Amino acid sequence: MDFEIVFKLIMIVTVFGVSLGTAMYSTLAERKFAAFFQDRIGPDRAGKWGLLQPLADGGKLFSKEEIIPGDANILMFIAGPSLAMLTACMSSAVVPWGTYLEIDGLQLPLIIADINVGILYVFGVVSLGVYGIMIGGWASNNKFSLLGAIRGASQNISYEIAMGLSIIALVLITESLSLKEIAAQQSSFHGMNWYVIKQPLGFLIFLICAFAETNRTPFDLPECEAELVGGYHTEYSSMKLGFYLFAEYINMFVSSAVMATLYFGGYNFPFMNELGLDHNIVAILGVLALFVKILFFIFFFMWVRWTLPRFRYDQLMRLGWQILIPLSIVNIIVTGGFVLFFK
Amino acid sequence: MKLTTRSKMVVNKQMTFSERIYLPAIISGMAVTLKHFFMPKVTIRYPEVKRKFAAVYRGVHVLKRDENGAERCTACGLCALSCPAEAITMTAAERKTGEEHLYREEKYAEVYEINMLRCIFCGLCEEACPKEAIFLTSEEIAPARFDRKSLVFGKDKLVEKEHHPNGKVRGGGPLEERLYHG
Repeated sequence: MDFEIVFKLIMIVTVFGVSLGTAMYSTLAERKFAAFFQDRIGPDRAGKWGLLQPLADGGKLFSKEEIIPGDANILMFIAGPSLAMLTACMSSAVVPWGTYLEIDGLQLPLIIADINVGILYVFGVVSLGVYGIMIGGWASNNKFSLLGAIRGASQNISYEIAMGLSIIALVLITESLSLKEIAAQQSSFHGMNWYVIKQPLGFLIFLICAFAETNRTPFDLPECEAELVGGYHTEYSSMKLGFYLFAEYINMFVSSAVMATLYFGGYNFPFMNELGLDHNIVAILGVLALFVKILFFIFFFMWVRWTLPRFRYDQLMRLGWQILIPLSIVNIIVTGGFVLFFK
Repeated sequence: MKLTTRSKMVVNKQMTFSERIYLPAIISGMAVTLKHFFMPKVTIRYPEVKRKFAAVYRGVHVLKRDENGAERCTACGLCALSCPAEAITMTAAERKTGEEHLYREEKYAEVYEINMLRCIFCGLCEEACPKEAIFLTSEEIAPARFDRKSLVFGKDKLVEKEHHPNGKVRGGGPLEERLYHG
């Protein structure tokens, strides 16, 4: 019993550290990939291949002057980035990183909190994330920040609907809301029973909505440098700005993990049970497989960012309400029909 | 009259279904960016790798020596006269006996200063010089300093260290010849 608690603590610290570390190096990867997509080299001065660049950026942000505008609501101004960071770090708790490790006859699941409504938890926490943007933008007492905050709020609310509807079609198949259960279901058929095959349209809608939820290009209207100076974080400086930017990368990591778990088999990889290896080794390989999928999605996020231009606000709303929501409802009906008649 | 061969008649046609859902266009766009991801990069890692200068490049001035290592400048002042930015000043002095190996003719520039803040690198001094003593051939890029005083270059910075036979084309110090090929 004691060892299980110690293992849980190790898991929490590891997951926290890994998600922060991945987010940290995502900032470097973003700059590197941006450069590569534009035929440049990117930062390569700090350390080998610029590997120390995130530390330099962090050090710079920490040592910058902290400015709180005179007319800002100080309490809310500080609460904004804290909330954004908090909610970004919370949602990785329910992601199953692997099956379980077996040590001394003890089965240690590689998941922090196996709650049976894992999907709802993720949705709840992700919807809280918009409060960080809203509070920060409102507290700045600046018209650009406020516009960015309003955009962020309306965008997140609009796309959450389509996202939720696309998940309902998935839940019709899985008959479970637990992420652990959904990941385990995808291990059949040589570890290739991925739900993206059964739900391609649902995945596409989820993917588009994930871009909108994480405020990534082509849906980065809340920050939108071209129109709104810096959007909701116009007035922010020093590490508070760093928190906002960092929270975006953590969100990207978490939504990549959720996408990989829901649609791309999570920790399952092809022929995982035919290898004839020890269970623990397969479990660790599974964790690595999940990580490869997550890194691919993070790359995909950046790939799209450096390819597509930003949507106009009315285009964004039209896409969300007039295309994605009807499409996901059609997807639910079709999926429901299949489940009803062929199962 | 047709101004270009690439003009296209604008057609206000309805978009087809595949155009309206944007996905084919997005995929082809992402294929383009992915192609660029693996292309050779155009960046030159500057301090380590330097680009070859053009033959007509006008850099920082060099006061030349002749084949015996004596300074060619006779302080005639034509360069200063021709300088549109009035960047050049000099003080002439008479060569003493025993200094023949230092100065080519009886008169030489005791002080020769170019204010790099004023110089516009037009090359008129080079053209005016009757003794082929000054060339804008040093390959030091953009003399940047932290104060104004040190940007008035004296003879210590301008006179070439030793005679360079083909110095009419290329002078100054030896350049690290790690050039970028791409």
